[in-house]
Amino acid sequence: MSTVAEGFPFEQPEKFEFTAENIERAKAHIAKYPPGRQASAVLPLLWIAQEQHGGWLPRAAMDHVAEILEMAPIRVYEVATFYTMFNLRPVGRYLLQACTTTPCWLRGSDAVVAACERKLGIGIGGSTADGLFTLVEVECLGACVNAPILQVNDDFYEDLDGPTTEALLDALRAGKPPVPGSVIGRQGSEPVTGRTTLTEPAGSRK
Amino acid sequence: MLADKDRIFTNLYGRDDWRLAGAQRRGDWDNTKELILKGRDWIADQVKESGLRGRGGAGFPTGLKWSFMPKESDRPTYLCVNADESEPGTCKDRDIIRNDPHKLIEGCLLASAGMGVHTCYIYIRGEFYNEAKRLQAAIDESYDAGLIGEDACGSGWDFELYLHRGAGAYICGEETGLLESLEGRKGQPRLKPPFPAQVGLYGCPTTVNNVETIAVVPTILRRGAAWFAGIGRPRNTGTKIYCLSGHVNTPCNVEEAMSIPLRELIERHGGGVRGGWDNLLAVIPGGSSVPVIPKSICETVLMDFDSLVAVKSGLGTAAVIVMDKSTDIVKAIARLSQFYKHESCGQCTPCREGAGWVWRVMERMVEGNASVAEIDMLLDVSYEIEGHTICALADGAMWPVQGLIRHFRPEMEQRIADYRQAAARQRQAA
Repeated sequence: MSTVAEGFPFEQPEKFEFTAENIERAKAHIAKYPPGRQASAVLPLLWIAQEQHGGWLPRAAMDHVAEILEMAPIRVYEVATFYTMFNLRPVGRYLLQACTTTPCWLRGSDAVVAACERKLGIGIGGSTADGLFTLVEVECLGACVNAPILQVNDDFYEDLDGPTTEALLDALRAGKPPVPGSVIGRQGSEPVTGRTTLTEPAGSRK
Repeated sequence: MLADKDRIFTNLYGRDDWRLAGAQRRGDWDNTKELILKGRDWIADQVKESGLRGRGGAGFPTGLKWSFMPKESDRPTYLCVNADESEPGTCKDRDIIRNDPHKLIEGCLLASAGMGVHTCYIYIRGEFYNEAKRLQAAIDESYDAGLIGEDACGSGWDFELYLHRGAGAYICGEETGLLESLEGRKGQPRLKPPFPAQVGLYGCPTTVNNVETIAVVPTILRRGAAWFAGIGRPRNTGTKIYCLSGHVNTPCNVEEAMSIPLRELIERHGGGVRGGWDNLLAVIPGGSSVPVIPKSICETVLMDFDSLVAVKSGLGTAAVIVMDKSTDIVKAIARLSQFYKHESCGQCTPCREGAGWVWRVMERMVEGNASVAEIDMLLDVSYEIEGHTICALADGAMWPVQGLIRHFRPEMEQRIADYRQAAARQRQAA
């Protein structure tokens, strides 16, 4: 179910409308599906709405999407509450999504969560008062050979431990997000000590 | 060991250019037109003869699945590619999407031609934001180059390909949950039959295939079914991307031959078990849903469908989760129970209620705060849940617990005894 983040007092805005640019993006998504099947675009449109509204989905945005797609509002609410990535209340500028499922846990996700909690003074589900950070626990992010993973907004930071997590948080707080990916400089999912395969030059591997 | 020349995913690690120019240099999109013009039956037969089995977990023969699609249809037909990679331990499709997207796109075209399909949707998990951006860029490149779209590759075959991004729900990786989600609803699986090949997306004939399954198709067609079938063992053919995670020295993804011994896989590519082979406790060999196997089985088992079924586990997605002797194995499995409780879509009572109940009992088992009889009850209940739901999520939720009890029951009993002893000591002290 949707991410539960607490901390900010907030109000539901009365009104929500897509910007002209986002209307065009919405239309491009709707065109992917056969006529009469515009409900298929509900996820893409909710994504656009959440992005336009600063990272969370107010009720008015769901109603707007329902109107565009000619869906009953309840059908849109159902979708928005079913998928975990839609935030139904505001979250910090940096949404920290710590994976703690078994493959990450085996590689030390407890230390990543502990570093976030210690450094930010919040627990899972909490937000910092300055509005910068919200910390949530998520299930498997699908990057298990680079565990443990912390997803920050849209980006994965991989191969973390306690100290590198703290360094990451410092950089985020300073407004300088590091390049996403492995924090220990691994190339993709290669073994850290170097490749055991694909060692011949690429040109000879047609 | 598989030779580099027999590897399909030559840019698995993203050292080379993922764009069209790089892909073409590596041999993708080479005379695709000719392959399409060989016809639907030829493509389907090659895939059938290659012995390719689905790479998403269930291992269903791909060619056979394609043959369920109607020969002629007055309705549209669809191919949906399952890129909702969320099975804990599994991260192979991510590498295909971000580093070799053109293999997937060309595979979509050729698989569609092999099933008489003109429209394909790729459903990618919401968390793969950057991967989705890259795949969309590769799709756009392909349209611009005339490789897909009307008269794809100049073959006369019209082919539309769309990317659809999910929003966080493991259950959308179940094929009918995926279709529900793609239609704009909660991803709650549908009862089968009817199967998607008869009633799928928008009620039309549909095939759902995993990313890796589709991405190997162009190479099979180019190099021939016999080449692919010659790797691995009969019924377990071809190459496979394995994901090595957990307590290995060098976790990684690697493409190897099907049927490689598990021990060789771990030692050659994973840098061995942390602390040496003798420090191994257990392995989950195919993603979180398959039962755990202890070290004694890991010594000799081969990484393929049939060998792992023979030891009451499964190849699943070939995501190998290694656990050394420092692991609290009960806790490791209890965390998976929590995962399934979180991801149950809530549609079927045995899964919605059962997954939560199993997790709560497992949490007590971690402490030892239980009775030995409850281990039997847990096992009994797990068999009541398994097979009694619409989809296989509940089965996947129960197998890890069943595997734990099968192989680590003494550990669970010891924990209960220790807990009782500690409680008795506390009472005496008080």
